[in-house]
Amino acid sequence: MSTTAEPARAVPGTGSAVWLHGVVAAVTATPAGTTGIAGTPVRSVAGAGLVAVVSDVPLAEYGEEALRRNLEDLAWLERAARAHHAVVAALCGAGPVVPARLATVHRDDDRVARVLAERHDELAGTLARLTGREEWGVKGYVVPGATPRTEEPAAGGGAGAAYLRRRKAQLTAREEGQRIAADAAAAVHAALAGYAVTARRHAPQDRRLSGAPTAMVLNGAYLIDRERLDGFAALVRELADRHPEIRLEATGPWPPYSFVAEPSAEPAWA
Amino acid sequence: MTVGRTPSVVQNSGQVLPAGHEPANLGDILERVLDRGIVIAGDIRVSLLDIELLTLKLRLVIASVDTARQIGIDWWEHDPWLSSRARPPVEPGPRDPEEVEASRRPRVAARAAREEWDEYDG
Repeated sequence: MSTTAEPARAVPGTGSAVWLHGVVAAVTATPAGTTGIAGTPVRSVAGAGLVAVVSDVPLAEYGEEALRRNLEDLAWLERAARAHHAVVAALCGAGPVVPARLATVHRDDDRVARVLAERHDELAGTLARLTGREEWGVKGYVVPGATPRTEEPAAGGGAGAAYLRRRKAQLTAREEGQRIAADAAAAVHAALAGYAVTARRHAPQDRRLSGAPTAMVLNGAYLIDRERLDGFAALVRELADRHPEIRLEATGPWPPYSFVAEPSAEPAWA
Repeated sequence: MTVGRTPSVVQNSGQVLPAGHEPANLGDILERVLDRGIVIAGDIRVSLLDIELLTLKLRLVIASVDTARQIGIDWWEHDPWLSSRARPPVEPGPRDPEEVEASRRPRVAARAAREEWDEYDG
């Protein structure tokens, strides 16, 4: 890991820096006409037999202070995330790509080339591993109807006692429903992971993030061989039929965002 | 099934629904570009910790800011860490920690109750 303690520029707000979108194998051409993060054209920087796909960014907006501030601005962040993702997704059409995490900014092309040299083996190895494969996401949501309904307890005692009984029954039903959904999520993930080259189980998205009406119990990512995609889609459908207690939603193909880091770095979501 | 470059959605009906020209879900994109992807130390240091904290906050907020607003979650608008438009805190200056805790408790309880209700409702 290369680190530097040097400040980006002596004078903030002047000059430009280089935003890294991702790394591709040599020769894979940069898609012409693709616009980078700040609306500037996407360029390539070659080094050590690899190609970094970058775009120039003004330090006034992407310097350290400005970037930190802008990342906290949800509108700015959305635009940046979509622009960065659009470049990475476009690259995916041409061959394997190692996507860079958002906000990877270097002073100039030389610094980018140095990263390619320093991390050549890791990057080349990852590119080789990703060739001919793509990421698919499968999310699972609780289906409320699948939660077992409990009988309304017989009346008796005061209103307080009735409330407590009802509350207890509700809690039991909820726990049972969550357990059933969690079991289904684990079974679905195991089946999909068995089919995939590699699989990751990410933290379920908060409902306020997912925008879904019910809780997410599975947020899986699966690296699939392109030639085996039909089978994957069929398996998703089969699992959806087999597990009506959760609603499955598959999204993709995604650039292999989930499969460029070492598995050990991922939190375990069992 | 033909898999194009456009993300598609497989639903329980068994149908594979092309997402068309709709941009991918913002939550899905943010989760990927902020949380995943290769980490390379750049010259401009927006420390990863910042990003992780931001992601944590976003988990509670993003995807549909409007939805969040509808259910009464708008604290980020007053959080200087998340919003440049944030107003300064109503009560400036140091406060007694016990007082802070005492004022926080009913809010936390109210939120917990609401979430429990939402969850059960859902």
